[in-house]
Amino acid sequence: MTIIPLDRAASANGASGGTPVLEARGLTKHFPAHGHRTARRAVVHAVEDVMLSLPQAGITAVVGESGSGKSTLARLLAQLIKPTAGAVLLDGAAAPRRRRYARQVQLVLQDPFSSLNPVHNTRYHLARPLQLHGLASGENLDTAIAELLERVALSPAFAAKYPHELSGGQRQRVAIARALAMRPRVLLADEPVSMLDVSIRLGVLNLLADLRDREGLAILYVTHDIASARYLADVIAVMYAGQIIESGPSAQVTDAPAHPYTQLLLSAAPDPDRVEAPSLRGRGAPPNLIRPPSGCRFHPRCPFAMAVCADERPAAIEVAPGQSSACWLHVNDLTAAQSRPLREPATEARPLREPATEAQRPQGPGEEKQ
Amino acid sequence: MSSNDVLIEVRGLCVDYGLGGDAVHAVVDADLDLRRGEVLGLAGESGSGKSTLAYAITRLLRPPGVITAGSARFASTVNLLTADRRELRGLRWNEIAVVLQSSMNALNPVLSIGTQFSDVLTAHRPDMSRADRRARSGELLEMVGIPADRLSSYPHELSGGMRQRVMIATALALDPSVVIMDEPTTALDVVTQREILEELTVLRDRLGFAVLFISHDLSLLAEIADSIAVMYAGRLVERASASAIFRAPRHPYSLGLLSSFPALHGPRRAMEGIPGSPPDLRNMPAGCPFHPRCGYAFDRCRSDPPPPLLDLDAGTREAACWLHDGHAAVPAELARTAVDAVSADTGGPS
Repeated sequence: MTIIPLDRAASANGASGGTPVLEARGLTKHFPAHGHRTARRAVVHAVEDVMLSLPQAGITAVVGESGSGKSTLARLLAQLIKPTAGAVLLDGAAAPRRRRYARQVQLVLQDPFSSLNPVHNTRYHLARPLQLHGLASGENLDTAIAELLERVALSPAFAAKYPHELSGGQRQRVAIARALAMRPRVLLADEPVSMLDVSIRLGVLNLLADLRDREGLAILYVTHDIASARYLADVIAVMYAGQIIESGPSAQVTDAPAHPYTQLLLSAAPDPDRVEAPSLRGRGAPPNLIRPPSGCRFHPRCPFAMAVCADERPAAIEVAPGQSSACWLHVNDLTAAQSRPLREPATEARPLREPATEAQRPQGPGEEKQ
Repeated sequence: MSSNDVLIEVRGLCVDYGLGGDAVHAVVDADLDLRRGEVLGLAGESGSGKSTLAYAITRLLRPPGVITAGSARFASTVNLLTADRRELRGLRWNEIAVVLQSSMNALNPVLSIGTQFSDVLTAHRPDMSRADRRARSGELLEMVGIPADRLSSYPHELSGGMRQRVMIATALALDPSVVIMDEPTTALDVVTQREILEELTVLRDRLGFAVLFISHDLSLLAEIADSIAVMYAGRLVERASASAIFRAPRHPYSLGLLSSFPALHGPRRAMEGIPGSPPDLRNMPAGCPFHPRCGYAFDRCRSDPPPPLLDLDAGTREAACWLHDGHAAVPAELARTAVDAVSADTGGPS
């Protein structure tokens, strides 16, 4: 059985070779849980052993439902919270802290209606980081601000405007400009368009793609919308219950998903091209992360769950060039006891592959359409 | 009688926020028909007036909202806009039920689910016995896939998806013929959203109610609605069957909105969305409100307000755009037939 770490899968995409700019190695975050029903030592297993790498001039999307840990991962990567275990590497070395780190890695938040201070104008929002980091002062300041605005496709006239005078898309552009002020090499964007009107979302996504192409930024795009991840990102990593369960080149992951959860997510997403109503395989809701399920965290919902899935967490396995999936279905040398179905399969469920045959590409929803 | 099929007939509805010269025109001259058993999707961005329209026809509009003109007939008899309290009380919930966007705000946090069901039944069906109410409440919960023993739960003990299901179940408590749903699944995850939409389709087929489904997500509406009305800046700009809108839009805004949703399959290609931002309703552009963002705008669009919805394609669909009044050359993208679009789709690599 070949096991490759997910980070190799990400850099195999071809966006760039060599060391990724930012790397998460075994990143884990447990939040203390307080409640009358939980033990005093109980923790929420929000992010568990995540491997992820952001290559230069590449957009990596983290896709997941609410509670999957995707925003926690972004915050860990921004060093806003301390990991319980694991490390964040910048250029392959231990990342510096605080201000030196902030110069390299910047976070853009979801809601531009609350991330900008309503009593200050755009100029103030952009001038602060420049001054605090000593990048511009005096007369340089106005030039630097005009240049920042230009990088996010806003005219210099926006410097004098206050947040309430801006539309949602313009506010998010100002928030991105603020993040760009110290010329970071990594931009972490946490749901940057989900609060925006539909017709202006693509404008902001295209701006991120531009920044990747023009300035070589490494971008993390956190989203719940797998269609926009497919559109924007080079690599998609799918998170479920705090773990990355599949990653690979974005078109590959969406056209031939290898993990049953990715398949579920894709079948649930709105798709007007669909001729028939989709059949959801794996209903229900994500698990309680105070007591996460044993083994694979998806096994209680998984239509293909086997005995081994409840016992042991599957490792990420390369299922196609650059694409890896953490699922026991892709492991070939299981014993009969291990591959015994955990429960009677639903009538419409079709196994990903016949058990005990040699490796073959699982049938994804993309292929069924033919 | 075919007119009996139309459950809600809205004509010339205008809604303002505020009075006099400062009034903001949130809905302008809207015509809409909701037929028996139909799912009508109302699509639009925030500020397009889609929720205001729904609140106006259910008379849930709060000041400073004012209905300034128009009519909305229920089953071609009662005018909802002029009905008195007694008439409204007879119609609300019995015939027209509403599911609001945020179930967290719509459910009372200090009452159990069972109490909230029973309140509805006590108010509208005073003859029901306590046991009957209890039984009916349990039946309603199970109808939306929640075990009846959750009646004793409080809203905070349920997940977001379950709360939204409870809202749908309460709306259906009195077997209404119309259910108005304002972004019922927007706050939910895709898997939960899909489950609820499936349940809704099954219930609609079983109980035969009509749905006015309000959403900003045109790709979702294209999948679940029978017909779609698209709103922009308070006006209805296009009305057609869901497949016609999706395959062959006629209004430039519908076309732009459709190209704002990246596809889940097919080749990855750059998309532009719509340039600019939705207009500020307090400061509307002259002429057609969409012209500053429209790639097809010509002189008339800048000076004249847009035409009323024009009948197109032998009366099967309507669009409010000067391109379609017979004097202008219609660009190919806005003159596609549904068949063209299908063959273009299957021609590409999948």
